[in-house]
Amino acid sequence: MNHLLILIPVALTLGLLGLGAFIWSLKDDQYEDMEGAAERILQEDYPAD
Amino acid sequence: MSCCSVPVPIPSAMPAEGSARVTKANEKSRIEHLLHERIMANSSAQEDGTYKTEFIVPDMHCAACIGTIERELVKAPPVEQVRANLSMKTVSIVWDPAKGRVTEPAARLEALGYQYHLADNTEKRPAKDKTGQSLLLALAIAGFAAANIMLLSVSVWSGADYETAQLFHLISGIIAIPAVAIAGQPFFRSALKALRAGRLNMDVPISLAVVLALGMSVFESLTGGEEAYFDASVTLLFFLLIGRYLDHLMRKKARGAVERLSSLSAKDGVLVDAQGEITHIAVKDIKPGMRLRIFAGERFPVNGEVHSGRTEIDRSHVTGESDPVLVEKGELIEAGTLNLTAAIDVRATSSAQNSFLGEMRKMMAAAEQGRGQYVRIADRMAQIYAPAVHLLAFIAFVAWMIASGGDWHLSIYTAIAVLIVTCPCALGLAVPVAHVIGANRLMQNGILMRDGTALERLATIDSVVFDKTGTLTSGTPKVISVSGLDDENLPVLKALASSSTHPVAKAVDQFVGGQTGVMLEAFKEIPGCGVEAQYQGQTIRLGKPEWVAEISNPERSSQLSAQAQEWPGETTVSFAIAGSPMAHFCLHDEIRQGAAKAVSELEKGSLRLEILSGDTPAKVRQTADAIGIANFQARQTPADKIHHMEALREAGRKPLMVGDGINDAPALAAGHVSMVPASASDVGRHSADFVFTRPSLLAVPLAVDIARFTDKIVRQNFGLAIVYNCIAVPLAMAGFVTPLIAAIAMSASSILVVANSFRINFTARGKAGKRNISATTSPAIVEVTS
Repeated sequence: MNHLLILIPVALTLGLLGLGAFIWSLKDDQYEDMEGAAERILQEDYPAD
Repeated sequence: MSCCSVPVPIPSAMPAEGSARVTKANEKSRIEHLLHERIMANSSAQEDGTYKTEFIVPDMHCAACIGTIERELVKAPPVEQVRANLSMKTVSIVWDPAKGRVTEPAARLEALGYQYHLADNTEKRPAKDKTGQSLLLALAIAGFAAANIMLLSVSVWSGADYETAQLFHLISGIIAIPAVAIAGQPFFRSALKALRAGRLNMDVPISLAVVLALGMSVFESLTGGEEAYFDASVTLLFFLLIGRYLDHLMRKKARGAVERLSSLSAKDGVLVDAQGEITHIAVKDIKPGMRLRIFAGERFPVNGEVHSGRTEIDRSHVTGESDPVLVEKGELIEAGTLNLTAAIDVRATSSAQNSFLGEMRKMMAAAEQGRGQYVRIADRMAQIYAPAVHLLAFIAFVAWMIASGGDWHLSIYTAIAVLIVTCPCALGLAVPVAHVIGANRLMQNGILMRDGTALERLATIDSVVFDKTGTLTSGTPKVISVSGLDDENLPVLKALASSSTHPVAKAVDQFVGGQTGVMLEAFKEIPGCGVEAQYQGQTIRLGKPEWVAEISNPERSSQLSAQAQEWPGETTVSFAIAGSPMAHFCLHDEIRQGAAKAVSELEKGSLRLEILSGDTPAKVRQTADAIGIANFQARQTPADKIHHMEALREAGRKPLMVGDGINDAPALAAGHVSMVPASASDVGRHSADFVFTRPSLLAVPLAVDIARFTDKIVRQNFGLAIVYNCIAVPLAMAGFVTPLIAAIAMSASSILVVANSFRINFTARGKAGKRNISATTSPAIVEVTS
């Protein structure tokens, strides 16, 4: 029972971290151009912006 | 999307005969100035003094395109930021008017070989896709909650002891309550809206099931009950949100592609004041009496009366007649007509609202209202399904009250279990998933769709009505036969024909082909007659036979009348070098690629076909015979076309209207469903349900096939969902459904429905492959009859 008390909060925290990262990426407009994102990684000298 | 490009109409430098000649340099700066003003009209000012402009670049389709465009455009002096969006095919730039003109990046874009349109930024539309973002957020929260609660639920189902189960239920509840509150909003809102309007839609049973499952589980957990449905309520939301998001993505893509396409010429005119100075004016500000200059290659923004100059105009979008018409001082021209040969001045006789275009818009609005609201298949299902489910739950409650001798807890529990298992999860996915896959199949074949109901309506059509000019034909003339042409004269003819932008000259130019090194002098274009130039001191002419005959060897002119009789309804042009025999070219409005095959395929699909055209009976008959359509009517005004469509609908038919002109727009709106080629007039393209961007007319039977197959899949999906309910409902009413069974049953039915929908891809792809709809770059296949 004791290990559950540690593991469940750990599992939930990790899950929330993932959710938080997703929400950040959403607010960062990373889903506005899904096709472009897939193609952009092929650019060798793509300038960082 | 890559060939849906009406090229940007840069006003061509062609001063009217008799009007003041402008030097080349002046002309160039004037064009640049007008372009600048047009782009400005579609740009939005930012807070820091910079402007944001969005270009639609249909030909952008790979990593190299993005890279080149972004790297090159940022080099233009005024540009501060460039961002290409490949999904929406847009390039947005932020630029500083203090550092230069916006024409520089536009010119660079063109120099790179990309045609562009301006995205309409003047309308108040959110820069970002807010609905999509909130749906994704809801989806993420539901996904997070579903995964975590499912982990806890699995351990409860696999036999956790009582205390652990209670703890897990508590944790599940803490996750589920906020998750449902946030992620369930799209459904709750839509359900409330429907209830307020006194209707039932699918979201009513969905919301009820989710809220009741959550409420009951909270009650059970707090009172120490054994079973909780937290997992059911959040996984339900998760699955349904996937459907919603897919549906949204499809609409966004289709709308973005079709509606925001705003052609450069539509928004403004060129005003000439009393001193002869020209300024730019927005179309909405044009008032009757103003003097406007219309350059060759531009469309008339309002109705007008010719004030000075003469030119040939193309009325094919306005009346459907395919031959250019010569107009002179005093003649009236409708808004939307294309000016072909020379710049002319007109006096506006209407404002934008009262112009021919404005009238067409009014007729369209009236026709759309008359068509009545189409009820989506999912909503029709909901009208039967929702009351049935609620009735079943109520029966379960009453039956258990009687059977158990008044055990409230057990009876309510069973009734809620019925609501949960019947929650239309599979039904909620049945339509959107099938439609998204169907829309994708269409898009891969260059057919854009406005919304999901269009696909449903297309599946039910029983007749197809075609416009002729620009729809069954390509709208551009093509040389189909030639006589008396001396091969030695080819380079001279080529040089002469290629100097003009007139469609007839272009057709001759294309027919001759090859290159020319011949230099001509004193080139001039005479509206209504043709083009003339000097070659080695001799006059050469290409144009109307009678006009060319003036300079040619008269012995051969008798040949013309014989030839003209041979091809009735055709256009004949002649070419001659002074003193030598004439050569004759017979031109025909080229039949659209794949038209005959499309017609035979549509007939195989047991559809009744007919042609409604504004052109002359002879020309319509010829086209009808060539592609094999028996029913046709010529000389149809826009009002005639609307009446015809209404008569068809009153007779209980469901017609698909395929047209392209401004005169077709009201009929498009009056049809059960409508389809236009990408070359269609703005007003038609904005109201049509489907736009096909490839030249071939085979897009029409293909779209009908995909729509019918998608419809079949949707019906199968409903069937699967009903079979599932037939099994699950008796179990639930008998009180056998535990949370575990509910979770498995609901997921299984959803997955089954999604898997079935994917069949649209495989079946339709095989057909599409065989059809071999040619790509945008392939040369047009010539289908002519003589």
